[in-house]
Amino acid sequence: MHVLRPLYVVLAIAGIILIARTFVVPEDFGIHESGYMYGWYRKANEAEWRAFKPKYQGQEYCRDCHAEQEQQVRSSRHNLIECENCHDPARGHPDDPQKLTLDRSRELCLRCHTYLPYPTSKRSEIKGIHPDQHNPGGECAGCHNPHQAPSPNRRSR
Amino acid sequence: MKRRDFLKLALGGSAALALTHGLNEIFRPVALHASSSPVRWVFLVDTYKCIGCGFCVKACKLENEIPYDANVSRTWVERYIVTKEEGVFADTPKEARNGFTTSRVDLGQGRYQDISREKIDKAFFVPKLCNQCEKPPCVQVCPVGATYQTAEGVVLVDPKWCIGCGYCIMACPYGMRFFHPVHHVAEKCNFCYHRIAQKMKPACVLACPVGARRIGNIKDPGDAVAKTIMTQRVSVHKPEYGTHPQVYYLGLSEEVR
Repeated sequence: MHVLRPLYVVLAIAGIILIARTFVVPEDFGIHESGYMYGWYRKANEAEWRAFKPKYQGQEYCRDCHAEQEQQVRSSRHNLIECENCHDPARGHPDDPQKLTLDRSRELCLRCHTYLPYPTSKRSEIKGIHPDQHNPGGECAGCHNPHQAPSPNRRSR
Repeated sequence: MKRRDFLKLALGGSAALALTHGLNEIFRPVALHASSSPVRWVFLVDTYKCIGCGFCVKACKLENEIPYDANVSRTWVERYIVTKEEGVFADTPKEARNGFTTSRVDLGQGRYQDISREKIDKAFFVPKLCNQCEKPPCVQVCPVGATYQTAEGVVLVDPKWCIGCGYCIMACPYGMRFFHPVHHVAEKCNFCYHRIAQKMKPACVLACPVGARRIGNIKDPGDAVAKTIMTQRVSVHKPEYGTHPQVYYLGLSEEVR
């Protein structure tokens, strides 16, 4: 009957969509451990995230070749600071890149050593300078060796 | 309508409603799929220890390939200065990726203000990162299933599946999500899922020189972070939203938003 024709068209479209869906939607897409509300996803994505490459390797990685420098820093007041914070992430080093980019800038030191008078923060307890008054523009490493920051017991204050 | 018919209808209707409600109770998909994972990642931030160096932000951006000069970041550090008479100042210049190297507070629109020591009641730094909520609203609103909670409690984004509608960015009460400037899909902190999955610390935790940022497993009673959360006075951001955030803070103040 001609009045039913539009209905057949709609049913055909719905059928095509359902068939296409089985090809487009991956098999692992569905409800997983976290349930209907929070766990409706493509399972393979978890493994894709796990395969993401870490850039920061940690000081144990640096120690293998740079034991001397590592030891020097560990016995100084800067023992809390990861090598890669200043020397940049070590992923691929020493093959590629052969040399890491070291940040020698004054701004790097000022991250911690700008004096900020904040009474309820540990920041005010760090030895700090007023950047506009203490050799403005100068490179800190010209006078201070960041690997040999005075250790706590040698500090005069 | 006859009185008898009305009563029949009302009774039948109530019965139908009660039945559907009961069915919902029995067939709770969440209960059926309740996580049996031995791990539930949580985070602990100690705002007393944070010195505002911003090494965490730098490490996060480099580790997770977030364009360094774009004004977006998976994590950032806020500075709060509570003054005696002028109210509360808060800023996070460049998400604090270069730390806080000046006492001048960024007021926005290129204006700065120096606040002297005498005016300050308290001042401190607050690192922020994704709360990996137990009930994440950002996941609920995703129309395509491109963001989800793993069995370990971390909320991930599937960049291949995301259509970039931005609903999740609007839904997060903490403003943690943003569009990746290059890939144009939703992006967020995931506790460095690729690192914790292989027993490495998240990049921000590794980079923090003062131990203000720590990660732990709340399901492990021997875990140091879990112990602190269970035995110390900790708080979370915006508990009134019912999202059950899993980033716990020591020393959070009411000025922090």
